[in-house]
Amino acid sequence: MSNTLTWDQMQDLMWPATWETLQMVGVASVATVILGLPVGLLLVLTDRGGQLENLALNRVVGAVVNIGRSLPFIILIVALASFTKLIAGTSIGWQAATVPLTVGAIPFFARLVETSVREVDPGLVEAVQSMGGSTLTTVRKVLLPEALPALVASAVTTVIALIGFSAMAGVVGGGGLGDLAYRYGYLRFQTTFMWVIVAELVVIVTVLQLIGDRIARRLSHRGGYRSPLGSLFGRSGTPSDDEPVAS
Amino acid sequence: MITTKDLRKVYRSGGREVTALDGVDLHVREGEVYGVVGTSGAGKSTLIRCVNMLERPSSGTVTVDGLDLTALSGSEHRAGRELREARRRIGMVFQHFNLLSSRTVQENVELPLEIIGQDRTTRRRRAAELLDLVGLADKARSYPSQLSGGQKQRVGIARALAGDPKVLLSDEATSALDPETTRSILALLRDLNRQLGLTVLLITHEMDVIKSVCDSAALMRGGRVVEAGALTDLLATEGSQLARDLFPLGDFGSGHPGHTVVEVTFQGDTPAQPFISQLARTYQIDINILGAAVETIAGRMVGRMRVELPGGHQDNVVPIGFLREQGLQVDVLAANGAAA
Repeated sequence: MSNTLTWDQMQDLMWPATWETLQMVGVASVATVILGLPVGLLLVLTDRGGQLENLALNRVVGAVVNIGRSLPFIILIVALASFTKLIAGTSIGWQAATVPLTVGAIPFFARLVETSVREVDPGLVEAVQSMGGSTLTTVRKVLLPEALPALVASAVTTVIALIGFSAMAGVVGGGGLGDLAYRYGYLRFQTTFMWVIVAELVVIVTVLQLIGDRIARRLSHRGGYRSPLGSLFGRSGTPSDDEPVAS
Repeated sequence: MITTKDLRKVYRSGGREVTALDGVDLHVREGEVYGVVGTSGAGKSTLIRCVNMLERPSSGTVTVDGLDLTALSGSEHRAGRELREARRRIGMVFQHFNLLSSRTVQENVELPLEIIGQDRTTRRRRAAELLDLVGLADKARSYPSQLSGGQKQRVGIARALAGDPKVLLSDEATSALDPETTRSILALLRDLNRQLGLTVLLITHEMDVIKSVCDSAALMRGGRVVEAGALTDLLATEGSQLARDLFPLGDFGSGHPGHTVVEVTFQGDTPAQPFISQLARTYQIDINILGAAVETIAGRMVGRMRVELPGGHQDNVVPIGFLREQGLQVDVLAANGAAA
């Protein structure tokens, strides 16, 4: 019964699935960045010593984020079914998968944003405060621009995690590469096909990581940005801090 | 220009209270360079951060240019609108420069102007002027990571001056720099003080900084100001700790038993008189010079000499009186006749 698929058959299955994955992950990524960024900032600003210090709010948001990160994604899909219908207008297809994907990725991304923003030297915030800058000014002129390389890296990590999550979208008929690998490769013993799909996913992930690293490096003027994968392929110059570089 | 009255700052952490400022009264006159010196932990950093309310004092008042900043609303981490506007007239430079790595030198200098809400053309022109003033016109498009420490601090100074402040606060601005760069940054501060009539309040742990740029100084210890005043007055004050620190003669030895050791300090043109040989001739005594130094402090020449006179203190009342008559300041360090 298990006759191996031909290359043409594989392609006919793969391209629609690739497109589904890209759409699902693309929409979910954009929504995650837009919604997760403020949550991450809120976690930093409301913490002890933060400009909007509010420990009660900080704990509540922190708890919600932790719960969100603990819930298995498969459960999130089921639990959010009616919410999904409300937002996406449907409870099946790749469109329906974007809602639980986004909801699941927001806490993940928010924590990464929090870490990135915390890395910004508090002295820079203080400098802007000493110039008479407001909280909004410090966010716009210091926290976001200074954390930007790290934020880009966080976004890439999130997108890659979303590609992993999207394999489970098959539950709501979302399709995509992960689902294809599961149904054909695993359930129908098409091992070769499964590996072809895995190879495609590896290519997608690697390309995303390389693009992300390149952007992050270009945005970083700190003169020492390195990323583990980037340094395998690209060069990374680290000008010494106290030696002037001739221009 | 800057006045603090009975300034106190108490930190509470885990039930313990640490008093960083314990009733500090400071008075900085318009147009002067005022240095606060002390060891780390003396409270000087807290003091300067209280001046622009980066830290809220627990009690007491801070007045800058006639405006009581402590009366303006805001919390420790978030300032009200009036305080933010007041801060725009107070420039600040930092030990670690605190330049934004995401912006070029020029964009860093423009930042305070963006906050004020000036348009692009005005900002550009002003930034170019300021970079010219600090000698970095050719680095406008560089990023801070491409500059040396001294260059970064010049950018920090240009940025602090962008909003045309009347007061500049300097929080250990030269502590991360090598001696030569320190000198050039201090010379720049001095020039700006003279050219722009800028009032400068600086804190430092280095006496050399006080010596080379300050008109007045305060010595802090344990959250209190133990001594303060114009340097020329301090040097003329007998037993002044600051004067002694400013002008250390080192340990040249405390002389021989049966002798009296005195330190003679002279300022301005008093050294023109050959007082040592006059003293020796008039009183027929042998004078042993243990150590001497001449320095320029607050733009004036100041000299100090440690000499040994034969005999105990009572034998030397008349010669010491003679020296004082010459307009010299005399501190008797030890009368070894009795002690040894």
